Amino acid sequence: MEISEGEIITLIGANGAGKTTTLMSISGLVPPKSGEILFLGKPIHKMSPDKIVSLGISQVPEGRRIFPHLTVMENLHMGAFLRRDTDRIKKDLEYIFELFPILPSRRHQTGGTLSGGEQQMLAISRALMARPRLLLLDEPSLGLAPKIIKQIFEIIRKINAEHKTTIFLVEQNANLALQAADRGYVMENGSIVLSDTAQNLLSNNDVKKAYLGL
Amino acid sequence: MLNFSKIKKSLLTAIWFMFLTFPIMVIHINPVEKAVEWRWHNMFLVGAGSFLLSLLWHYLIKKKERCFKDAGACESDTAPFLQRFMNEPRLYKPALSALTVISLSFPFLFSSYQVNIMTTALMYAVLGLGLNIVVGLAGLLDLGYVAFYAVGAYSYALLNHHFGLGFWTVLPVGALLGALFGILLGFPVLRLRGDYLAIVTLGFGEIIRLILENWNEFSFGPSGIANIARPSFFGMQFPLKGATIYIYFLMIALALFTVFVVSRLQNSRIGRAWEALREDEIACQAMGIDKTRTKLSAFALGATWAGMMGVVFAARTTFINPASFTFIESAIILSIVVLGGMGSIPGVIAGAFILILLPEHLRVFSEYRMLIFGAVLIIMMVFRPQGMISMTRRIYRFENVKEGRGIDK
Repeated sequence: MEISEGEIITLIGANGAGKTTTLMSISGLVPPKSGEILFLGKPIHKMSPDKIVSLGISQVPEGRRIFPHLTVMENLHMGAFLRRDTDRIKKDLEYIFELFPILPSRRHQTGGTLSGGEQQMLAISRALMARPRLLLLDEPSLGLAPKIIKQIFEIIRKINAEHKTTIFLVEQNANLALQAADRGYVMENGSIVLSDTAQNLLSNNDVKKAYLGL
Repeated sequence: MLNFSKIKKSLLTAIWFMFLTFPIMVIHINPVEKAVEWRWHNMFLVGAGSFLLSLLWHYLIKKKERCFKDAGACESDTAPFLQRFMNEPRLYKPALSALTVISLSFPFLFSSYQVNIMTTALMYAVLGLGLNIVVGLAGLLDLGYVAFYAVGAYSYALLNHHFGLGFWTVLPVGALLGALFGILLGFPVLRLRGDYLAIVTLGFGEIIRLILENWNEFSFGPSGIANIARPSFFGMQFPLKGATIYIYFLMIALALFTVFVVSRLQNSRIGRAWEALREDEIACQAMGIDKTRTKLSAFALGATWAGMMGVVFAARTTFINPASFTFIESAIILSIVVLGGMGSIPGVIAGAFILILLPEHLRVFSEYRMLIFGAVLIIMMVFRPQGMISMTRRIYRFENVKEGRGIDK
């Protein structure tokens, strides 16, 4: 599997195929049993999660996992935990508040009081606060209304376009993910069975049958 | 508000209690006269008492439920009053200056017995604040906190006994040793959470006490170490009364120092990392927080205060033995944190004063101490689980982000 700079890559597959595990391995939360993960040519699969984050890989975990008792601002500051450049952090905050105009009005609320969509936005913002070169997104559509999902996917593409942030998207909603992505991988039982451009995958008959429900 | 079914329930409770306490409260066997006395009036008292308490209980539960249903209706309760008080400079400034005057003149107005109790309360306040880092902020339930207290006390006692080192030299050494032992305990328990962590730390506390009790060559076993030097004041030694007052002021200074450091820690980067770690470990790691280092720092910084207080304890009592470091001490410190309010500095201090001063002043009820203690804890858990003074989240203001005014922390 390969992700080039500036791309949006998606990994699709059924429940239990190993999508989240793949993501967790990249971010170092689950050490891989075998194989190698290279980031910018350096092996990272033996590093601790905090080292990996400091290299510029930032994750939006599945089910959002925001800090429910910290305020929105504090959640965002946790995202910038490893950074010391206060001025840039301020700029990034402004950028994020432009990206998600709902967040500034909620900034003193605790994370747990936000709605599902707002929490997802906060989770993405929190990951962006680390200024990632590679953003790992795990099921951003989980449990959200179709309208919000559409909004979030638009923003994901916007982040990719404006910041050249490479995005690795893991999704169950294959249709949506393939529409947003440049290229896609299909995973089954823990191994990649298919890889192609997103366009081709969308028109691939097997993929259509198995994941798109057409 | 109190309907018929509640009264019926209370009546049943009362009958049940009368039945339960019948053998111990009513029957009294007089072995001298070989007669059985029937104290029926006790039965009546138990019945009436439990009936009234039960009614009160139902009433309070109902009130709480009502509050829960329409939030905001009961905002102006007694407890948030304390919080409002803390946030209103006009109110707390005179109170603070009054407190300063009282605490400064206290040893000259009251007997040394009173001063001694006050010193104890201050020591427990510092211990509570230390444990608060581990339990309140980092959310790691530590039941063996007294072990670090023992480490501090023994480090002063032994260093003084063998090498004649003074109080001021050992104070930082004790703190450092406490921190070291904190890390020592932290390493093996890093993977544990919740109940499992509590059990291991409980075991650790007992291990330290048992070592001190049984390793005679090292710690002089259960007979303890006597004749520990009292703290000196630039080389001067005080007579007993002077020393009591001196230690009192020393504790005031140490308590202020602790409050300062802990409040700085709480609002620092690492403080926020602790709170985040308490809430979600996986998310924390995804944010790049080093779990190992963060947890160990919580253990170490918590244990530091216990080590320091241990040194003060040894210097104050001039005699220590392992019996001073039993599990009940850990339990009391933990209760101070929980009763006062986890994570809240004024809460923990208030908790320490209540839990240490009240039993001293209510010696009349000393037989019922554990009973009252247990009842208070249960009542707190039901009606005010967040403690007397709950932790207030610090508010960050970001009014004009667009203009680049930025973060005022």
